[in-house]
Amino acid sequence: MDYATSGSIYTVIVFVCFIGIVLWAYSKKSKANFDEAERLIFDDEPQQDKRESKVDE
Amino acid sequence: MSEAIQVHPEYNYKVVRQFAVMTVVWGIIGMAVGVLIAAQLYWPALNFDTPWLTFSRLRPLHTNAVIFAFGGCALFATSFYVVQRTSNVRLFSDKLASFTFWGWQLVIVLAAITLPMGLTSTKEYGELEWPIDILITIVWLAYIINFFGTMIIRKVSHIYVANWFFGAFMLTVAVLHIANSMAVPVSLTKSYSVYAGAVDAMIQWWYGHNAVGFFLTAGFLGMMYYFVPKQAGRPVYSYRLSVVHFWALISLYIWAGPHHLHYTALPDWTQSLGMVMSIILFVPSWGGMINGIMTLSGAWHKLRTDPILRFLVVSLSFYGMSTFEGPMMAIKTVNALSHYTDWTIGHVHSGALGWVAMVSIGSIYHLIPVLFNKERMHSIYLINVHFWLATIGTVLYIVAMWMSGVLQGLMWRAINADGTLTYSFVESLEASKPFYLVRFIGGALFLVGMLLMAYNVYKTIRNENEDVVEPTAQPA
Repeated sequence: MDYATSGSIYTVIVFVCFIGIVLWAYSKKSKANFDEAERLIFDDEPQQDKRESKVDE
Repeated sequence: MSEAIQVHPEYNYKVVRQFAVMTVVWGIIGMAVGVLIAAQLYWPALNFDTPWLTFSRLRPLHTNAVIFAFGGCALFATSFYVVQRTSNVRLFSDKLASFTFWGWQLVIVLAAITLPMGLTSTKEYGELEWPIDILITIVWLAYIINFFGTMIIRKVSHIYVANWFFGAFMLTVAVLHIANSMAVPVSLTKSYSVYAGAVDAMIQWWYGHNAVGFFLTAGFLGMMYYFVPKQAGRPVYSYRLSVVHFWALISLYIWAGPHHLHYTALPDWTQSLGMVMSIILFVPSWGGMINGIMTLSGAWHKLRTDPILRFLVVSLSFYGMSTFEGPMMAIKTVNALSHYTDWTIGHVHSGALGWVAMVSIGSIYHLIPVLFNKERMHSIYLINVHFWLATIGTVLYIVAMWMSGVLQGLMWRAINADGTLTYSFVESLEASKPFYLVRFIGGALFLVGMLLMAYNVYKTIRNENEDVVEPTAQPA
């Protein structure tokens, strides 16, 4: 297999993987998971959820 | 800034504190060297006819100090902090952590000694000679083991997206550093690269551009994904976008290096490939910028009162600007004008001062009170002054370099009817001179801001009265 063919196959594989990642990231199934992950950084704070309760000074 | 900060005695904050303080120290030193060499370009007598004070030797010292000492310490501090906070576990190894700190400081000191002596492998951003390269590799491996070790023993199921960026940054930098530093030593202080000719140039810019892509971008995006949401008090705009952003960025960046070698001995197809990949790179870069800035959506008013948040958000604006400018400059026809001119220096500093330094400064301002158990920084007013000095300094710097660069590009390519050059090089140098003064002023303003930061950090750490009362309960 010459360089051009292997390069083309590799490009297609990477492209398909990327589409797969996008579909996975935006699927309904991942939503709950990601919601949990994005709140992770606030979980170790002592007070209750700050994002609603925080008052500006 | 109203959060009562909780102390986490179970975490290793010592190494984070060490790196956070050294970020400020090395930032001042690295930027001071930068201001000195900027002044030398306007007042050449400032090298005092001393070999180790010449531009040629201090310039690599400046780049190494700001990228690897200032930026590096900021990355070590934030990554060690974020991985503990988001994994709910202490660092994998305290010994490795302190080895990483002292090892890295040794690397910096060795760089500060060898580079002014003129000991260099001449590879841009990888100038250090082979014994230091080996030390860097060992320290870096300790860092990787500690970081990934901490993620492996984490007490939560998720790996927060910031850690993905930090992880990609350290793995890729290891690969880049080892491949680029391959050399045949002939003595303790001299070595020759194993690569030759166009291959050497390609390896050099594969390394050089991915030092930008992974050291100065992926690592600092990790910082952004933790500190922007944290400081804004709301989760990142779209976690889904952050996942796509991560995979797109790391799979595309690695190909962009050849745009540093347009119109050289590099094969034409490689140059064109580098150009195309650089243009595509615009998409994930802006995806990340939008994700960071939109985190503030619905909370824009916080920018009015919180200068730390302002640092973080303005850093993202500069990031967006640089990552638009970069792909544009990678287009071969634009590059024909911009390459080898001051435009490149302007572009680099819009990224380095505007993005890298500002996001680090914002993160360090967020970190210092947490690490030293204080309610807030000593003076919010001084943070605000620092913010304006940094912003005005950066804008002065990059605008001066844009104008100087375009002027140089136009003068160098101007040709008379008979095919001779219209201007000599010295004429273009004279035309650039006023802009070099403006650049010096911009850089000096940025440095003054860093000095204010050092004072503010010192006062915060020293202030005994504002200690936060330790809470009794420790939720995991």
